[in-house]
Amino acid sequence: MGDGMSIKQTPLHAFHRAHNARMVPFAGWDMPVQYANGIKAEHVATRQSAGLFDVSHMAQIEISGDRAAADLAALTPSDISGIGDGRLRYSLFLNDQGGVLDDLMIGRMGDIFYLVVNAGRADHDIAHLEKHLDATTKLTHRTDRALVALQGPKSADILGMLGLNLDDFRFMQLRHFDFNGTDLLISRSGYTGEDGFEIALPAGAATAFCDACLSTGLVTLAGLGARDTLRMEAGLPLWGHELDETITPVEAGLGFAISKKRRDAADFPGATRIIDELKTGPKRRLVGLSASGARPVRDGVILRHNDKPVGSVTSGGFAPSLDRPAALGFVEAEFAAAGTSLLADTRGTPTAITVSPLPFVQHQYFR
Amino acid sequence: MLKFSEDHEWVRLDGDIAEIGISPHAVEQLGDIVFIELPDIGTNVTKGDAVAVFESVKAASDIYSPAGGEIIDVNSALADDLAAITADEAMENWLFKVKLNAPSDLDDLMDEDQYKAMID
Repeated sequence: MGDGMSIKQTPLHAFHRAHNARMVPFAGWDMPVQYANGIKAEHVATRQSAGLFDVSHMAQIEISGDRAAADLAALTPSDISGIGDGRLRYSLFLNDQGGVLDDLMIGRMGDIFYLVVNAGRADHDIAHLEKHLDATTKLTHRTDRALVALQGPKSADILGMLGLNLDDFRFMQLRHFDFNGTDLLISRSGYTGEDGFEIALPAGAATAFCDACLSTGLVTLAGLGARDTLRMEAGLPLWGHELDETITPVEAGLGFAISKKRRDAADFPGATRIIDELKTGPKRRLVGLSASGARPVRDGVILRHNDKPVGSVTSGGFAPSLDRPAALGFVEAEFAAAGTSLLADTRGTPTAITVSPLPFVQHQYFR
Repeated sequence: MLKFSEDHEWVRLDGDIAEIGISPHAVEQLGDIVFIELPDIGTNVTKGDAVAVFESVKAASDIYSPAGGEIIDVNSALADDLAAITADEAMENWLFKVKLNAPSDLDDLMDEDQYKAMID
C-alpha cells in the first residue's frame, strides 16, 4: 500500500490461507486472487457446478428513515420507491454530467434499503451519501458482516443441502434465511452470469458457512481472478474499467438501469445527457471484442479502423469458457456493430479484432 | 554454470552459448499460461531487453534476456504445447539460446542459493 494505510483483512482471511490461496492487495484489502488449482479451473468449476467467492471487501450499507427512498432516488436513476419488499435492483450513483460514480445493488427489506457497493469506491460512496442524505436518514456501514457469493448451476442445490428452502426465491430477490441459528441475508444475484446467490452473514459465522458449502463436495473456492474472467464473459461492467465518471450508463449498455418512471420525470443526475443518448444513441458504445489469434489483448490497448483510433480495450484477457482470448472495450458508435473488423495496437504485429455481441456466455439467471 | 536473474530467468551456460528459461517460482506466480511469444532467431539483443512474452489469464509478463548476443535458437515446441509449462518442468524448459557477446554480462547474476534466498 503506497498510501501508508494498513491493508484490511476479511473475516475469511485465515480460511483463505488454510486453503492455499495466493493473496494480493485489492482496493485496500488482502484478497485471494486464486487458490492452488488456478483461475481456469476455478472459472470452469463455477460454470459447471459452483464457485464460492469471498466478496466481503465490498461495502454493505443500510439506509433507513422516512426520507431514505427520496434520498437514494436523488442520487440514482432508479425507481427507488418502486422497489418491492424483498426485491433487489441494479443501480448507479450518477454525477450531474451523467457519468457513473459507482454501480451498486439496492435491496429492500421492510423499511431498510441494503446497498452493496464496490470496495474501491466504498469511501467515496459513503462520503457521497453522507453529503446528500437528509439529516433524518440513517446510514449504517455493516462492517460486522461478511459477504460471500455462491455462483453456478449447482448453487441452489447446495443451499438446499444446507437446509435452506428456496421455494419461489428468484433472480433479484432478497430474503432472510436461517442456517443453524445464524441469520443469512441472501440475494439471488451475482457477477458471473450464472444462477447464484450473494450471502451476507455475521463475520463470525462466515468460516463455518463456507466449510459447510465445501462439505457438499460440489463447491470450488474461487478467487478474484476467476471472478474477473467470469464477469467479463458475462459482459458485466467493472467500475474503473467499463464504468467511470466520464462514461454514461447508455454508453456502457446499461439503459435498463434507467427506470421508465425516472426517464419520464427526467429528474435524476445527468438526466439531460442520458435521455438525449437514449433517444439518439451515444457517441461510443461498450462492445465485446474477439481477437483472431491466441494472444490476449489487454486493458488500455488502442483499437483502430483504417489506421484511425476508434476506441480502446477496457478489460482484456483469456476467456476460459470460450477457450480463447476475449475483451471488452468502447468504440465509436459507427464501429460498434457485431462483425466489424478492427485492429488492436498490440506490440509487434497488430491483432485482428472482431466486434462481438455481448454477453460472450449467455446468462443463466433463475427468473 | 547455472545462474538466476532478479526477474526470475535462469541461465545455463555452455561455452559461449546461454540457454535461458524461467524459474519454477516464476511459473507458479504466472498461473495459467495461455500464450507465449518467443523471439525470432537471428535477433541481436542487449542485456535487459524484453525478448519474450508470457500471457497468463490475468496479465502479460515480459521475459528479459539476462545477457547480450544473438538469439540462435528458440524452443518453439513449447509455444505449441502450453500445458508443458509447469513448475516441475521449468528448469528443463528452455525458451531461447543466446550466443553471448560478453560472458561478463552474467557476472552480476545470482547463483541458485542466492536466488532461493531472494524468493523466500
